[in-house]
Amino acid sequence: MKRVFEVIIIGGGVVGCAVAREFSKYRITTLLLERESDVAFGTSGSNSGVAHAGFYMPPGTLKARTNIEGHRILPGLCRDLDVPYREIGKLVVAKEEDEIPYLEKLKKQGDENGVRDLRIINDRVMGEIEPNIHGIRALHSPTSAILCPFTLTIALAENALTNGVRFLLNTVVTGIQSNEREFIVRTNRGEFISDFVINSAGLYADKISEMAGISGYRIYPCRGEYHILDRNKSGLIKHLVYPVPPINSGGLGVHLTPTVHGNIMLGPSAEYIEDKDDEGNSADTMDSLYKEAIELLPGIEKRDFIRSFTGIRAKLISSGSEKPADFVIKEEFDGFINLVGIESPGLTSAPAIARMVVDIVKRKRDLEIKSDFNPRRKGIIRFSELPANKQATLIQKNPNYGRVVCRCETITQQEIIDAIDNPLNAISLKSIKNRCRAGMGRCQGGFCGPKIVEIIEEMFSPGVREMTLKGDGSELFTGRVRDAREGMGNER
Amino acid sequence: MIDREKVDIAIIGGGPAGMTAAIAARKKGIENLLLIERNESLGGILNQCIHEGFGVEIFKEALTGPEYMQRFIDEIRKKEIPYILNSMVIDISEDKELTIVNESGLHRINAEAIILAMGCRERTRGQIGIPGSRPAGIYTAGAAQNFINLRNLMPGKRIVILGSGDIGLIMARRLTLEGAKVLAVVEILPYASGLPRNITQCLEDFGIPLYLRHTVIDIRGKSRVESVKIAEVDDKGCFIRGTEKEFECDTLLLSVGLIPENELSRKAGILLDPVTGGPIVNDRLETSVEGIFACGNSLHVHDMVDFVTMEGELAGIHAANFVRGAVNKKGRIKVRPGNGVRYTLPHYINGDSDVRLSLRVREPWRNRRLVVKGDERTLKEIRKLRLNPAEMIRIELKKEEFGDLKELSVEIK
Repeated sequence: MKRVFEVIIIGGGVVGCAVAREFSKYRITTLLLERESDVAFGTSGSNSGVAHAGFYMPPGTLKARTNIEGHRILPGLCRDLDVPYREIGKLVVAKEEDEIPYLEKLKKQGDENGVRDLRIINDRVMGEIEPNIHGIRALHSPTSAILCPFTLTIALAENALTNGVRFLLNTVVTGIQSNEREFIVRTNRGEFISDFVINSAGLYADKISEMAGISGYRIYPCRGEYHILDRNKSGLIKHLVYPVPPINSGGLGVHLTPTVHGNIMLGPSAEYIEDKDDEGNSADTMDSLYKEAIELLPGIEKRDFIRSFTGIRAKLISSGSEKPADFVIKEEFDGFINLVGIESPGLTSAPAIARMVVDIVKRKRDLEIKSDFNPRRKGIIRFSELPANKQATLIQKNPNYGRVVCRCETITQQEIIDAIDNPLNAISLKSIKNRCRAGMGRCQGGFCGPKIVEIIEEMFSPGVREMTLKGDGSELFTGRVRDAREGMGNER
Repeated sequence: MIDREKVDIAIIGGGPAGMTAAIAARKKGIENLLLIERNESLGGILNQCIHEGFGVEIFKEALTGPEYMQRFIDEIRKKEIPYILNSMVIDISEDKELTIVNESGLHRINAEAIILAMGCRERTRGQIGIPGSRPAGIYTAGAAQNFINLRNLMPGKRIVILGSGDIGLIMARRLTLEGAKVLAVVEILPYASGLPRNITQCLEDFGIPLYLRHTVIDIRGKSRVESVKIAEVDDKGCFIRGTEKEFECDTLLLSVGLIPENELSRKAGILLDPVTGGPIVNDRLETSVEGIFACGNSLHVHDMVDFVTMEGELAGIHAANFVRGAVNKKGRIKVRPGNGVRYTLPHYINGDSDVRLSLRVREPWRNRRLVVKGDERTLKEIRKLRLNPAEMIRIELKKEEFGDLKELSVEIK
């Protein structure tokens, strides 16, 4: 393959993919390198999935600026990319008198940042709009929204790919060399050459910086654990419900997040950890989250949860630091653009960060707009979300829509086929799940898992060890039970 | 285009419960019925249960799952009972309209009566909250059984099994026979939750250790399971520090309970029992919605398929009677689990016919009496050498015994 590009982006999270998509509007050759077997396998795939309105960040910071702009861009972007985006609004709830000043501070900050329609409501109004939540006052932000973070990341990547960006998955950057003319990016799959390098490596942005000879950054991984509630509890809340966070908690506090798929998520905790890859749930945190859930939402039991997961924040400050750190978005030296410490509100900010990156490049090079840039990307048709008559028509056209494979989420065989047959060629169970939701329901793939494996085998006849949960090393099976050539009656 | 059809009885689920219900309804003279199965063949989960031990009660012989189910499939074919495969019911309305999806389209069926026989699903890691990482190699026992028995795929070589449910025990033996090493079966309770015969035949005969009062406290491995840590638990289920043991393994199987499938029942507005996870029914096996009946594992989780079959038959008979105009009442006698009993079924009885109660005890007992009481008066006492939560207990009562009571209860003394 071609090894010389104008731009190399390191990291296929939401930021890297947004940057890729932004570059794909112009005539500039771009390559994105991702160490995992798919995009959105890191922090971008495991967070609250919130488009923040922009009142948490102090005015004047890059966090505030990109948040506000990202929030403005997202609705249209999601429409173009066929990504569900729902403006359900948010309540930040004060339970005690002494928490009210915090709400007022948020409102003032939000007003200064230009957030629309913020208001502080009393317990009566709160009771009307969110009867299951109790508090004395709340900040109501009607423009706060939800979206699925991995769907957005995948959509950005697919659209960038359509418009000419190259993606290399399973590619680990091992070194970066620069001379006056170019960068040489070394990977486990050979060397690549570029004029610009964009470091959007998330948790590993410090290591990539170091490889480029920039010291002084350190990412402190801060793990957040979540529990996901069964969809049959989805009616309990309509808004995003956030608490007044404890001081120096490292996050926005344990909150309730409805998802675009109809679940409610509870979390995240905030725990500084040593190992950036330690995505495990810890027993103590899981228990305290269950307790908080039951306190926040009466009528919830442990058995109502269908899954737990964790996401790791890429923080630039360590535990106990009082001052929050801002995003680092800058050209460190000629052609090396660093995006470091992109934690919350990174998902919301991503499209704005992408524009800033392209603007930096534009200052140094004339970028010609592609006349044939296609801003639209079509997602997989979601059978279960269609009205009955459309479902019927769809089955008439393609009987694969009449075969329900994932019974919990009503995902049909055609959706599974579309998910497997994806443009990035990411074919693990997790990649399939992230694209069509098969296995995300209450049985967690117990029933559809074997059927999806069967469909993969029919489509590709891969080797047994090539079928994985989430890429290399995560083989689903250790082999065949019997050698197929043995045939019947040969067992002795 | 959505087509519409009318049937007398629609049966949802072509496993052992649904098949027997269909056969029983046909025997009662119902011609216009439809058996709906979501998979590509009838038989339900029995398709993957290739071990033997099915049919001891009904056929007085030990059959494999496929052999057992074939007897019913043959009868369905002989009686020309209409059934559809690869067809998923995605909705039931309160007025008994079913929405079905299959390759030929979207279909609406109005049924005079419906029999729910959707079976059950396995409890997952998420519902019991096992800490640790999320690598490949964590399967429910049933999914692993499917991979091995139906798809020629080996889920792992060194295996720890959490939960001593029957499928887990069966899988311990199956995996061992296929050359895997089962390092431990771990059960949080002080007693096994599977049938005693399975403990003997699947664990003891193969020297597989059973760790009672233990649970999994950590899973390690980023890509594939590398090890599983277990520890002893106290009476509250909290693990005791210092008792940890770590097993190097590539697989963790979960056999931590079964949950009746009732998403459709919810859509139809049927009241569910939080203890069984299935509908609240009277002695006609009729749910809180008139004309909708429930049986098999979707009503409550059974220990033996023979009893599922018997329950399916009852549901078929009562649904047929309902279609023929029999007036069902909610049932005026309430049945209640007493001391030591986890649940009793049915929840209500009419008192105009004999009844068979099904129940499960909360914990194992030796040398106790099961006492059936009517309005606080002892009606019947049954001596039991052993009472085991893994085993469903059935008690037959004659209508003369309880005819005009208000309440029945069963307790352990």
